[in-house]
Amino acid sequence: MITETQYAHFSSLTLDVGETLNDVQVAYETYGTLNAARSNAILVLHAFSGDAHAAGIDHEGKPGWWANMIGPGKAFDTQLYFVICANVLGGCRGTTGPSSINPATGQPFGLTFPGITIGDMVRLQKMLIDQLGIARLLAVTGGSMGGMQALEWAVAYPEAVEACIPIAATARHSAQQIAFNETGRQAIMADPDFNRGDYYDKTPPGRGLSVARMIGHITYMSDESMREKFGRRLRDRQEFSYDFAADFEVESYLRYRGTQFVGRFDANSYLYITKAMDYFDLSAGFPSLAASLERAQSRFLVVSFTSDWLYPSYQSQEIVNALRSRNHDVAYCELSSNYGHDAFLVDVGEQTGIVTGFLARCAREFRTPGGRANEGP
Amino acid sequence: MKVREVLGRSDYALISELIPAGARVLDLGCGGGGLLAWLKENKQVEARGVELKRELVQQAIARGVTVYQGDLEASLAEYPDQAFDYVILSQTLQETRQPLMVINEMLRIGSRAIIAFPNFGHWRVRLSHLFSGGAPRTALFPYEWHSSPNMHYLTVLDFEESIRSQGWTVERRLFLSGHISGTVLPNLMAEVAVYMFRR
Repeated sequence: MITETQYAHFSSLTLDVGETLNDVQVAYETYGTLNAARSNAILVLHAFSGDAHAAGIDHEGKPGWWANMIGPGKAFDTQLYFVICANVLGGCRGTTGPSSINPATGQPFGLTFPGITIGDMVRLQKMLIDQLGIARLLAVTGGSMGGMQALEWAVAYPEAVEACIPIAATARHSAQQIAFNETGRQAIMADPDFNRGDYYDKTPPGRGLSVARMIGHITYMSDESMREKFGRRLRDRQEFSYDFAADFEVESYLRYRGTQFVGRFDANSYLYITKAMDYFDLSAGFPSLAASLERAQSRFLVVSFTSDWLYPSYQSQEIVNALRSRNHDVAYCELSSNYGHDAFLVDVGEQTGIVTGFLARCAREFRTPGGRANEGP
Repeated sequence: MKVREVLGRSDYALISELIPAGARVLDLGCGGGGLLAWLKENKQVEARGVELKRELVQQAIARGVTVYQGDLEASLAEYPDQAFDYVILSQTLQETRQPLMVINEMLRIGSRAIIAFPNFGHWRVRLSHLFSGGAPRTALFPYEWHSSPNMHYLTVLDFEESIRSQGWTVERRLFLSGHISGTVLPNLMAEVAVYMFRR
């Protein structure tokens, strides 16, 4: 399946900070076919560094970031469902972000790009879904930041979401999560090439961005998966170099992932999107998390992973308990995996089983917008 | 009887007969969601379950049943008052640490509790102990003393006493021996007792 990225345009988007962005572009891909009743659409939301290319293979032969979950016969079965994935606001993969040209100045925004939130990302996605003519999504789903967007969808547009599947996510970042993000941001801003975000016609702050990504990768893995993958093995050598070369496999791997990231990601997007994640608090403006989730009308499937220490299970359980306290329809499972936070991307066997069954049921019981539930036979 | 064949367990069969169509049902220790899936399919109930074992939770979710993975006793407090019409606890009461707390929570979050438990007063249990001198081992209590999940052993007589002292109102009492239900000398004859009661 060769996939094609498409682009939607909107004249303006009002942001939570009170500013308005003009001429906003959204990059998105779709897989499968929208049915006549428009009741089989699933919006897949990407994690921090993802993009619209979620499934299939692009023209360069690159598989989508969730190609193991989306496709014929997979959890998000494109023979049954119409799957949509869009690059987030603030991104650098086709959707308007700090590297885009500011229509008012003809120059890239850089740090003049307004501050953004998860709520803004979701508001823009809603505009796309409206334009596609979909009143109610069968499901919103994603891992990590994608799960945070899914939760925001369920609370911001309750009537538009039949089912919500947040995976390895949280209703708000902990101090530890903010701390890792801040360390990444400081690595970027400490790079002499950063130049206060104004580097688009110069050398980008690749060293800082690379270090930020290295830190990120450590947090995405688990102690166990790193031991299994690298241990203390040396890289292409029998003895230590004593000269700060990449002696260990793990050093070489992190350097490689860091450098590779620089080629595909914008440092300013890193700053804006991580900050949006840190600002996110689903309970903001409500007396409690339960009170905010009370607005939701979705069925929920919440998933976490045993070895995920970046988005630990207690954060998913907090969401689940808030939902249970309001008697929402919520299924929850902590899946067993050694892969840490990466599990939702790489260890998808068991995840596939529960998502498939949950979705099949939600499709059977799909409630048409404004109508009555189609409960059972 | 069809239901019994499908569900395999006679306590499930009895419970399924007690629950009316369209009810809101919570099954505590619901396993792979067999009973709930059956009730959903045949009685259009709004089904929820709690189960601790990961593999069973996955099974239940995969078959389309809303199940929460968690410890039964720790999970009850989160549910709001009177969220359910029926709260089921089948073959698990004897494994809970605080059975009375569990039952009172069941009656807080639901209007009726349905509890099925293996009767420690059954004649086979009594004979097993009498003749072996060891801890009783029967088909219903098959465990070695050190590997039993059972925390509390109770009989029909004990449960009747708790009903009196707690002031619960029993609506149905069903006693099972194999797949046969009867009411003669239940404390001696029943292998499994099923009670439906309210506050």
